[in-house]
Amino acid sequence: MHIADQISQYLLSGLSTGAIYALIGVGFAIIHNSTGIINFAQGEFVMLGGMLTLFFLTALKLPLLVSIILAIAVATLVGIAFERLAIRPMKNASPISLVIITIGGSILIRGIAMLIWGKDTHALPTFSGNDPIQLGEATILPQHLWIFAVTVIVIICSKLYFNYTISGKAMRACAYNSRAAGLVGIDVRRMVLFSFAISAAMGSMAGIIIAPLTMTSYDVGIMLGLKGFCAAIIGGMSSGLGTVFGGIILGVLESLGAGLLSSGYKDAIAFIILLIILLVRPQGLFKKGDTERV
Amino acid sequence: MRKIVVLVFSLVTLLAATIAMAAEPVRIGALFAVTGPASFLGEPEKNTLEMLVKETNAKGGVEGRKVELVVYDTQGDVTKAVQLANKLIKNDKVSVIVGPSTTGETMAVIPVTEKEKVPLISCAAGVKITEPVKKWVFKTPANDHVAAEKILIHAAKLKQKNLAIITVSDGFGSSGREQLKALAGKKGFRIVADEVYGPKDTDMTAQLTKIKAGKPDAIICWGTNPGPAIIARNVRQLGMKIPLYMSHGVASKKFIELAGADAAEGIILPAGKLTVFDKLQKNDPQAKLLRDYDQAYRKGYGVEASTFGGYAYDAFLLISNALKRGATPVQLRDGIEQAKRLVSVSGIFTMSPADHNGLNLSAFEMVRITKGDWELVK
Repeated sequence: MHIADQISQYLLSGLSTGAIYALIGVGFAIIHNSTGIINFAQGEFVMLGGMLTLFFLTALKLPLLVSIILAIAVATLVGIAFERLAIRPMKNASPISLVIITIGGSILIRGIAMLIWGKDTHALPTFSGNDPIQLGEATILPQHLWIFAVTVIVIICSKLYFNYTISGKAMRACAYNSRAAGLVGIDVRRMVLFSFAISAAMGSMAGIIIAPLTMTSYDVGIMLGLKGFCAAIIGGMSSGLGTVFGGIILGVLESLGAGLLSSGYKDAIAFIILLIILLVRPQGLFKKGDTERV
Repeated sequence: MRKIVVLVFSLVTLLAATIAMAAEPVRIGALFAVTGPASFLGEPEKNTLEMLVKETNAKGGVEGRKVELVVYDTQGDVTKAVQLANKLIKNDKVSVIVGPSTTGETMAVIPVTEKEKVPLISCAAGVKITEPVKKWVFKTPANDHVAAEKILIHAAKLKQKNLAIITVSDGFGSSGREQLKALAGKKGFRIVADEVYGPKDTDMTAQLTKIKAGKPDAIICWGTNPGPAIIARNVRQLGMKIPLYMSHGVASKKFIELAGADAAEGIILPAGKLTVFDKLQKNDPQAKLLRDYDQAYRKGYGVEASTFGGYAYDAFLLISNALKRGATPVQLRDGIEQAKRLVSVSGIFTMSPADHNGLNLSAFEMVRITKGDWELVK
């Protein structure tokens, strides 16, 4: 196997893991952009997506598509309940205390999931078979195409939503200045609730389409959430292309690092990049100082 | 007169003491991680031990001696394990301790039992528990290097020269990695790739691409679920046709379920005999015991018996075998050390002052996964 073939496989592997990180990262960005907080429970929505689908599929014996829709619906309800019960009652809380609340919330959700579904790892069936697709000397799986497709659709939809609908624009207004947004008649609290619902739906969708590849268990959310957070930071908390590039850069560097340097330092490489970016360009790679946030 | 009274009195007390000793039940202490992250070990261990004690007492005990069991849950916590070990020895006055479930806890408890001179039969696999040998410490799971050797013997039979290893970056993986590298060197193999992955990693194609470039004759993967299942799928994705070995860490049906029957097809691994008890030859000395254990466990707890519960089974058998010699900690220790060809779940134990594990290569069977089921490799 020539080095060029190897590198093409590393790039392709990195691209497919990167797309997963990006999809999770966008959820972080949406909540951050409408509330100014980082929702560390985002990884748990990813877990809920996979586990709920599995639950509907195996325990209730529903077809795959119905299970997926129900899983997204339930995860979204959990997101709404989370905002109502944990975030909204905290009037005038500083963003940092809200961030800490989300960490607590994530531990609670993980604990409940463990009690209900146990500690085992489970596999979901793939959507369209397991036969690898050959691209030159490199291969990917059909499930990766699903991930790419869903990522692209999500990015396009969020772009359209935030730029062309009233509620999307209202959400952006809250991000700029929630007080001013309130003064012009936008219901800020409703927008915050919306943002939690959207990002819970998005996180659970990410969890569902990646579960056939990565498998799922009550604690998958921790690492995936962290990687998604990295992607969002690299992308400067943009809910569009910035985070997608952030995720892909992270995934590709991880895979090149594991392949060309040493697999023992794979995660170290990713987190060192995150630290460097936070030090050198805290606003993210793709942002020119303080401009728009969505 | 007074002398006679003293004499009679002391005779009576002596007699009473001997009678009391003969009838006195033996008290076994157990430390298992019944809850917490290692509960997959502790729960079947506790269930097995309770089941065996109940069975034995129903039959009238060992040599007429009833068995009392005191089980504490360490939650996999090292500090708790040490506290509870002290409690077992000082408050409950147990004669022998079974457990703890993990290597870390065992290493922490060893100084306590060595000091108090109470035999400890650990259910953890770490090689450092019994190497070097400690006077009061035994363990029932086979050492990692036995499994590693089993794999390498099979690889040598197929005339494989260049091996690639991919191990998980936790305690189990790094121990396996050391053993594999040391043994491979001794047996004349060449390690052409030495990769690691994190326990929570979701894609190992990068490591495997690097392995593919090294052109090995076979890959050995060392880890516990779910990593090895992902590796099995990735190997298939990359179209690699060379043999893939797994460790005994995934010798359960769960692995086949996670990897999928397609990706698991053809994988070879060393498995404890309990995994394949229904496929053993009729004259296998362990076959009957394994079947009985599995049936009893299913009846009692509704799930199949696991290798981990088997570790506690071994410990109980070692103790009841030693009880023939007496029930004091010293007598038990000597009895356990003198166990010869004791047929149990994990293997056939032959202890000696130089070997406090007592298992050899026969503890594992090499199995191949065929159509989602195990098949013995001849």
